[in-house]
Amino acid sequence: MLEGPTTRRDDGPRPRINRAPSPILAQVVPWLSVVLATIVPTWFVIASAPMFPPFGFLTFLAWRQLRPGLLPLWAGLPLGLVDDLFSGQPFGSAVLLWSLAAMAIDNMEERFPWRNFATEWLVATSLIILYILGSYLLSNLVAANAPIHVVVPQLVISIFAYPLIGRLVAVLDRLRLTAVRISR
Amino acid sequence: MAPPASKRSGYSRRAQFSSFLSHTAGVVGVIIGLVLIVISAVNPSSFQSLRAIAADATDPAAEATAKGRSFGDNVLNSVTGFFKMGSRHAKLEKELAIAKSRLVEAEAIEAENARLKDMLKLTRTRKDVVAVATLTASTPSSTRRFATLGVGRNKGLEKGMPVRSARGLIGRVLEVGQTSARVLLITDTESLVPIRRTKDGVAGFAQGQGDGTLRVRLVNLGINPLKKGDVIVSSGAGGLYRPGTPMAVLTEILRDGAIARVISNPTDADYVLVERAWAPEAPPVETPAEKP
Repeated sequence: MLEGPTTRRDDGPRPRINRAPSPILAQVVPWLSVVLATIVPTWFVIASAPMFPPFGFLTFLAWRQLRPGLLPLWAGLPLGLVDDLFSGQPFGSAVLLWSLAAMAIDNMEERFPWRNFATEWLVATSLIILYILGSYLLSNLVAANAPIHVVVPQLVISIFAYPLIGRLVAVLDRLRLTAVRISR
Repeated sequence: MAPPASKRSGYSRRAQFSSFLSHTAGVVGVIIGLVLIVISAVNPSSFQSLRAIAADATDPAAEATAKGRSFGDNVLNSVTGFFKMGSRHAKLEKELAIAKSRLVEAEAIEAENARLKDMLKLTRTRKDVVAVATLTASTPSSTRRFATLGVGRNKGLEKGMPVRSARGLIGRVLEVGQTSARVLLITDTESLVPIRRTKDGVAGFAQGQGDGTLRVRLVNLGINPLKKGDVIVSSGAGGLYRPGTPMAVLTEILRDGAIARVISNPTDADYVLVERAWAPEAPPVETPAEKP
């Protein structure tokens, strides 16, 4: 399903002869980037406190905001499952929260079809806050209660990290639509 | 950007149907998520085989990164060390003088200890280390504190084995895969370790708080004897954790206990030791009293 954005001429590089965006690349990059953003940060530090933003969720959010409809509404199910395998949260928490977030963004799109930066930022920030608090509550449901101040640094870092992740996703989106040589 | 035009389904049956289907799929995701959470709330170990498979699959890449991580730490430490060298040196010399005298005391105690053990015919064999491994991954964006070990069933790991670094206790093995294992760090809220104060053996429990600190609660109620700077070690009560493994330093005294900072930061530990789960030996003499 490459309708809409990918066939328009105003985004993506200028067309050249014998070059076209690869449909495989265009489809795989969003999924792969979310999966990698989920798994790779867990290797870099043996954390003794929640210190990294939930990179997988932020990337998922950024893709949904940048390219509505590119990741289907049910994408939270498989991607959330991957996140649950590595995140340490009770199994199913990402499936639930990612699906809810996707539906919330979808709903906002229908209500405010033409959004500006402020709306997008506000939606994303409130979703990030709700997501982190939701994850905190769900893990408290399964384990003993952690004090709430534990997640405050993570909350702040995540809100500031989101615009950067958004930039990164925009770069990946360019990569996704890069014209590669077509062999016929 | 406006949503793609295909969203407004209009009168096309097909478009209406696919829009309906995609919405249903979203709701199904939410429902499946809820069901999974209920299952894992009832039985937290229910998805451990899936997690183990996932951890095994990513283990080679994680181990490669772990090597790079310790290298990066070393570089950072060398650079900061260079700038702090002068003051550090003076301080270290002073500490060395104190440490030398302590060492002599320790040797004397060691000799006495060996003599007493001979008397009691207690021989400790060092067969208790099962494996030496690296911590390859952790859960840095969750409030739960887990880490992944680079070895698993292939090196004889079993559930419940304590994990320590050269400096002190780190956690215990929670789930075992083929080439990786999941460790519950002592800073996790579900981790509860019986402890005692090194000085006099005041007994208590240390529970993780999820932020790198432990909440220490005492067994005996009454006046709180703890002082800031006291060192606590595992007491071995109830088995599992070997007694005398260093754990934490008290940083803040509360009415009924204390907050302690963990000594062995798992990020700094290049290698960790997985030990056999400890079981208290039967007392050599007939004394019904438990140790404190």
